[in-house]
Amino acid sequence: MTEKTTILNLPEDELVHPGNRACAGCGLSIVYRIGLKALGRDTILVVPPSCLTVLQGLYPIAATQLPCLNVTFASTAAAATGVLGALRAQKNKDTIVAAWAGDGGTSDIGLQALSGACERGEDLIFICYDNEAYMNTGVQRSGTTPQGVITTTTPFSGKAQKKKDVPAIIAAHGIDYVATASASYPLDLYDKIVKAKTIKGPKYIHVHTPCPAGWGFDPRYTVKLGKLAVETGLFDLYEIQNGNFALTGASEKLLGKDRKPVTDYLKTQVRFKALSDEQIDNIQKETDAKWAIYNEEKNG
Amino acid sequence: MHIIESGNVAAANGVKLARVQVVAAYPITPQTPLTEKLSEFVDAGEMDAEYIPVESEHSALAVCIAAASTGARAFTATSANGLLYMNEQLHWAAGARLPIVMCVVNRGIGAPWTVWNDHQDAISQRDTGWIQLYCCDHQQIIDTVLKAFYLAETVSVPVMVCYDGYILSHTYMPFEIPEQADVDKFLPPFKPAYALQSGQPANLNTVTLPDVRPDVRGDMAPGYMEIRHNLHTDMRDAIEVLADIDQKFAGVFGRNGNPYIEEYRCDDADFVAICLGSLSYHLRDVVDILREEGLSVGVMGLRLYRPFPDQAVRAALSRRKGVVVFEKALSYGNQGALYADIKSALYCTAEKPAVHNYILGLGGREIKTDQLVECFRNSCRHPETIDDEPQWIGLKM
Repeated sequence: MTEKTTILNLPEDELVHPGNRACAGCGLSIVYRIGLKALGRDTILVVPPSCLTVLQGLYPIAATQLPCLNVTFASTAAAATGVLGALRAQKNKDTIVAAWAGDGGTSDIGLQALSGACERGEDLIFICYDNEAYMNTGVQRSGTTPQGVITTTTPFSGKAQKKKDVPAIIAAHGIDYVATASASYPLDLYDKIVKAKTIKGPKYIHVHTPCPAGWGFDPRYTVKLGKLAVETGLFDLYEIQNGNFALTGASEKLLGKDRKPVTDYLKTQVRFKALSDEQIDNIQKETDAKWAIYNEEKNG
Repeated sequence: MHIIESGNVAAANGVKLARVQVVAAYPITPQTPLTEKLSEFVDAGEMDAEYIPVESEHSALAVCIAAASTGARAFTATSANGLLYMNEQLHWAAGARLPIVMCVVNRGIGAPWTVWNDHQDAISQRDTGWIQLYCCDHQQIIDTVLKAFYLAETVSVPVMVCYDGYILSHTYMPFEIPEQADVDKFLPPFKPAYALQSGQPANLNTVTLPDVRPDVRGDMAPGYMEIRHNLHTDMRDAIEVLADIDQKFAGVFGRNGNPYIEEYRCDDADFVAICLGSLSYHLRDVVDILREEGLSVGVMGLRLYRPFPDQAVRAALSRRKGVVVFEKALSYGNQGALYADIKSALYCTAEKPAVHNYILGLGGREIKTDQLVECFRNSCRHPETIDDEPQWIGLKM
């Protein structure tokens, strides 16, 4: 990454109005505010049903200063394709088209359209804000809900299956830019979106986004929880550029160092309360094994 | 230029002449030759459009919805299960008031699988808020595609141009391809009522509340019910608009007909057969045979199905002795959908003709002229004795 943005040179231009309809402590509010700063005013947004639909306001009032097309749940990337097609027909090669969906709208119902757009090489930025369940409809499990998490559709023993690795699925399409980011590292997110704008073809950015209401923590800890996910090595910040994987930012700094134990993250959220000590041990072991590979690759 | 080609190629030429800017489509039989032809036009540089080979019909209409929302003239085409897969998007396109045109190459729907022609696909989507026009031959297909864009963009309602799979899509017939200069005279460039544009804040199709709500300036904005009411009234207005467009088309190309109902030997007919699509041309043979027998019969092809041209239907049918509705679709557990619509249109007339309903040709079952002759003859001879249940033609039980 070239010159890193700091709080001192982040654009002051605000594209999201204050007083929007997001919950207190909403991680998406951070991601959206910073993300729009990075995208800039020459952008058209495409948004399926999600918490963002609510954040953006109820007709006839809107919380965003960008043109935004609300579309059906399964069609986000296809609709972004349509906007791009119209812009090409109008000889407009400058306007950025950014699709912005939740984890359900990306990893479950929206995956077919996203895969199609990636395969066609559509020149779009797809941002998935991953709060790890269907939060807007009341915390139902999604493809990206981690194993063991209590949701309203995994109410007692937690989700049995593992979290779907969406960035890896998208990277398998051979697109030029895949990155992960976190609501708790907004400047890293900002720089990744700015970089994505310079790359032709599909760009995918997967943003870990803490949700106080859905995860069961005090809204004051949103940033802290997002940082803990990274510091424990559970959620990693990285880029896959032209097929080359590299940890970035706070995750890169963890290479060769001791990480915080996963319990620091898991014990501070109600959604993990069904995890047994054995399950937590397993999560720690899996995390250690993943990081052993990262460290080996760095040294090798 | 006159050529002999398939119905699908006629449609593709209409789309090209309409200067469509964005085409999105997914393959399904019997629509595929139409979109193959369009991709040929684009690839050869004969058509200045974006051809987007999407991964599903749901996405095909998503592309058209977004492209039209961004101010481009957009087209797609499909058949059967492809149309059903679009269902959510059909409602969305109409609710968002986007003037998309789609060819529906009519085919039966599964299960069990059938690739052959009937009308169940389009009829099952009649309440989505799309205008539905039906064609009887290749000239009508190309002409109707051009009129469809004009109509859609005038009333801001999407339009389906329906024509029979195989019977029209894959058969060859002579037709005239209009000159581009004449088409440009007829069809003005698309001027969207609103288009997404960089630097113009907007939040299209966002969440509405049950009641009306003031905007930031304090002006009351229409709510969901008002928006939906406008869709209905604008669709009703489309009936008149279609007649005007038909007149304008005649002024440029010298071809037109009744935009609602195409009649054959109906002037003095006591008994009239009515149906959608190419079947009405098949029934012309039947009418000729029965006229030879001395029966006073005619046939009408309904060109506009939604909005339903009830006044025209009443005017055409109310003083007849009998009306025989032949349908390639069924509202399961009730009757043919067109049959119910026609009876409804005739309900308020003083002299109600007897109305009969025949279901035929489902899943491509062959429709034989002698079967049609027998049924139509029977309806003429015993208008009061046939019950309200739909009668099935060609059923082998």
